[in-house]
Amino acid sequence: MRRLILIAIPYVWLLALFLIPFFIVVKISLSDVALARPPYMPQLDWSAGWEGIRNFFAALDFENFGFLTTDDLYWKAYLSSLQIAGISTLLTLIVGFPIAYGMARAPEHWRPTLMMLVILPFWTSFLIRVYAWMGILSQNGLLNGVLMSLGVIGEPLTILNTDVAVYIGIVYTYLPFMILPIYAALEKLDSSLLEAAEDLGCSRLTAFWLITVPLSKQGVIAGCFLVFIPAVGEFVIPSLLGGSETLMIGKVLYEEFFSNRDWPVASAVAVVLLLILVIPIVLFQRNEQKQREAEG
Amino acid sequence: MPQKIFAPWDDPDETPLIRFQNVSKRFGDFTAIDAIDLEIYAREFFALLGPSGCGKTTLMRMLAGFETPSSGKIFLSGQDIAPVPPNQRAVNMMFQSYALFPHLSVWDNIAFGLRREGRARDEIDARVGEMLKLTRLEKFARRKPHQISGGQRQRVALARSLAKAPKLLLLDEPLGALDKKLREETQFELMDIQETTGTTFVIVTHDQEEAMTVASRVAVMDEGRLIQVATPDRIYEAPASVYVADFIGDVNIIEGKAHQTGDRVQVDWAEGQPALAAKTTRDFSLEQTCYLAIRPEKVAISAEKPSGANVLSGEVLDIAYLGNLSTYHVKLPTGHVIKAQQANTRRIARRPFTWEDKVWVSWTESAAVVLDR
Amino acid sequence: MNRLSPFNVVSLTLGFAFLYLPMVILVIYSFNESKLVTVWAGFSTKWYGELVRNEAFLDAALVTLQVALLTSTLATILGTCAAYVLIRMHRFPGRTLFSGMIYAPLVMPDVILGLSLLLLFIGLNVDRGVLTIVLAHTTFAMCYVSVVVSSRLVAFDRSLEEAALDLGATPFQTFRLVTLPIIAPAVISGWLLAFTLSLDDLVIASFTAGPSSTTLPMKIFSAVRLGVSPEINALSTIMIAIVTVGVITASLVSKRAAVRRLREEKAAERA
Repeated sequence: MRRLILIAIPYVWLLALFLIPFFIVVKISLSDVALARPPYMPQLDWSAGWEGIRNFFAALDFENFGFLTTDDLYWKAYLSSLQIAGISTLLTLIVGFPIAYGMARAPEHWRPTLMMLVILPFWTSFLIRVYAWMGILSQNGLLNGVLMSLGVIGEPLTILNTDVAVYIGIVYTYLPFMILPIYAALEKLDSSLLEAAEDLGCSRLTAFWLITVPLSKQGVIAGCFLVFIPAVGEFVIPSLLGGSETLMIGKVLYEEFFSNRDWPVASAVAVVLLLILVIPIVLFQRNEQKQREAEG
Repeated sequence: MPQKIFAPWDDPDETPLIRFQNVSKRFGDFTAIDAIDLEIYAREFFALLGPSGCGKTTLMRMLAGFETPSSGKIFLSGQDIAPVPPNQRAVNMMFQSYALFPHLSVWDNIAFGLRREGRARDEIDARVGEMLKLTRLEKFARRKPHQISGGQRQRVALARSLAKAPKLLLLDEPLGALDKKLREETQFELMDIQETTGTTFVIVTHDQEEAMTVASRVAVMDEGRLIQVATPDRIYEAPASVYVADFIGDVNIIEGKAHQTGDRVQVDWAEGQPALAAKTTRDFSLEQTCYLAIRPEKVAISAEKPSGANVLSGEVLDIAYLGNLSTYHVKLPTGHVIKAQQANTRRIARRPFTWEDKVWVSWTESAAVVLDR
Repeated sequence: MNRLSPFNVVSLTLGFAFLYLPMVILVIYSFNESKLVTVWAGFSTKWYGELVRNEAFLDAALVTLQVALLTSTLATILGTCAAYVLIRMHRFPGRTLFSGMIYAPLVMPDVILGLSLLLLFIGLNVDRGVLTIVLAHTTFAMCYVSVVVSSRLVAFDRSLEEAALDLGATPFQTFRLVTLPIIAPAVISGWLLAFTLSLDDLVIASFTAGPSSTTLPMKIFSAVRLGVSPEINALSTIMIAIVTVGVITASLVSKRAAVRRLREEKAAERA
């Protein structure tokens, strides 16, 4: 009996507040926008009994999804979200790998401190970390000020409110997600493997390519997914650092919902976004599974 | 035709393959290797034996090139190897952890070193095939290291380090990860492979039985110094010090004062007890503190008092039954405990002695060794 | 043997400079007299004064704290239950669905979580306010807590529980007297994680908050949309300071415990 209660409490909570809401989103994505409260129809009419339920289902259709394909705002936003997330993931990897490598190579008694230094930004507000870049990147911001006083540039660069600022923002805020799995993989790497490679005739550099890189592959893959997946649906970074041209689907969804009050289309946008994300999520899970098997 | 005994170390005309010349290695304040001179000859199976932290691994890593001596020189075939980086030395190493590359198959692991030399494909194929055959791994060529057993992994590591046909193969505790039975089998396999390939092997081990089994010569090390370098039988029969005698096999040590006449020493070891006699080639000054070392299997045990030298009476304190052997711990009236070993040729029920029996222990003059330290 | 190569020193230095410099700059400029970001007009704490006098911010901070405290406590209880169920109970109907529901919110974009919960609350005609934010935050925070706690439970030596049962403890007593004390560090870090997640969240709160329950991130967001403001710099500095002090204290405490443990073990070894 106690066992049942123990299972039931978190189970029911998640059913009620995670799964059911999600089905509501699916349902509304199949409805039509209406000038009513709530602003969509059909409404399920329980009083009409079976007839009501049948009418309700008959009125559902995929019209909103059709709309998403015809209005090029949406598919452009999806594509540009994927592109921005992809480029940022690559940049994060380029920035993160040397840091993770340096940490794994650092003397052992330094490593907990370095680790804490990587994790510490996690605990500070995401919003503040993004905001910090606004002051640096703006037209009359710190970066332009420094570059101009050094004489590198004559006129201030426009960085804030461009895609470049979004890349910087994503790299900056998601960097720990990239560093930690790569560091974990590199730290596990037995240094005698590198010695063995050298013993068998490798130079340091070839040993790095032939041993270190392939053996940290899974950490790299995990890190890339951990950055890519949330970056696709990112809302705060494009709204604060991106410009009006920066199309990201999280922002589109938010605006569709709050500004246009078109709930059915917003729901359809959400459903498609989730379908797009299913692929990397499944790939990520498979990578994790493979890693667990390799270790077990 | 009588076969010539392999003993290049006794031949003044032989030039050693490896020569350590006054080599020391310090890590900060810690001296890992203390002024070592050592010569190892081609085709030898040379064992570095000692407890952990005695410097044997450091010595080996200097040969591989992963450590450089703080002072002194190391010569390989007469050439100073200090400036040669590990990846260019004709020396290969088999790592204690095996260090097999987990992302590469058995075949690719073995081919790894050959590929670095940029050899032709068919040449690599042939050599890897040869190595797989030598280590009986043909069936496992396509497997990954985690898909084979510990013993097979050990053989892959061996095949990989032998593939480049090094002048010298270093083995760092090569059998440490195997269980006892497999370890014994593998020891003989190692010896076979060493003989067929004609490679010089240097093995690091803390297991004295292993060193005794496989090696042509054993170097016993302690605290960065070489204590004794000799063939296994010399090490066992004529240890250079109490440390060596104690480290190799079981031994009774009795401390006393020496009285030498010619090649015979009388050791006064306890008030009211007859002196113990032993033959020696060393010179002891009068009343010099010395140690009489006697192996348990050379101590006879009997109920009747035997005739001859070195007879002591005592009482059976403990019996360790080992199947083929029994070790009796005999307590002397002086408080000393002497271990005597006897083969169990009869069934246990008919064992002649039991606890608290009064017995006599004895050994011959030539059975014991007298040591000065 | 483990010496850092110059390449590693450079990459670590640049990497950590990149991670910390923006926040350091933010902190420095919070003490700037001038309202302009690029101009340093001398040291001043006037923005902190303005911040304290700004009641809208104070109200929002109060709401946020309230939400975070409730959320973290609820999420810790639910998440610990969930972790226990996930790791210890291997067979019950719908187990796959259950573990799926635990992991899905970790990768689900905030906008979708927020949207779906808002639609639920509207469908049920619930008045939106602190309560709805807490419900929403608890739902995703409990999943993080459960991941943290279950990683500890996996490493947990099962025979300790079996020993307690063998000595006559009931399953509940076993949990309370053996399991809970051992997983306590994970439960505490789960609580802290849930607390920060709730403190931090903007998107889900924006969806589920009512007109009278603006949280601090919402307030900050609407303020910074218009550009950099020194007041927000001051507020950020306070938040960064709290987190830094908190994390450093926590890590020192746990480090000291580890050192003491090591020393005691060594002493016991020698005795």
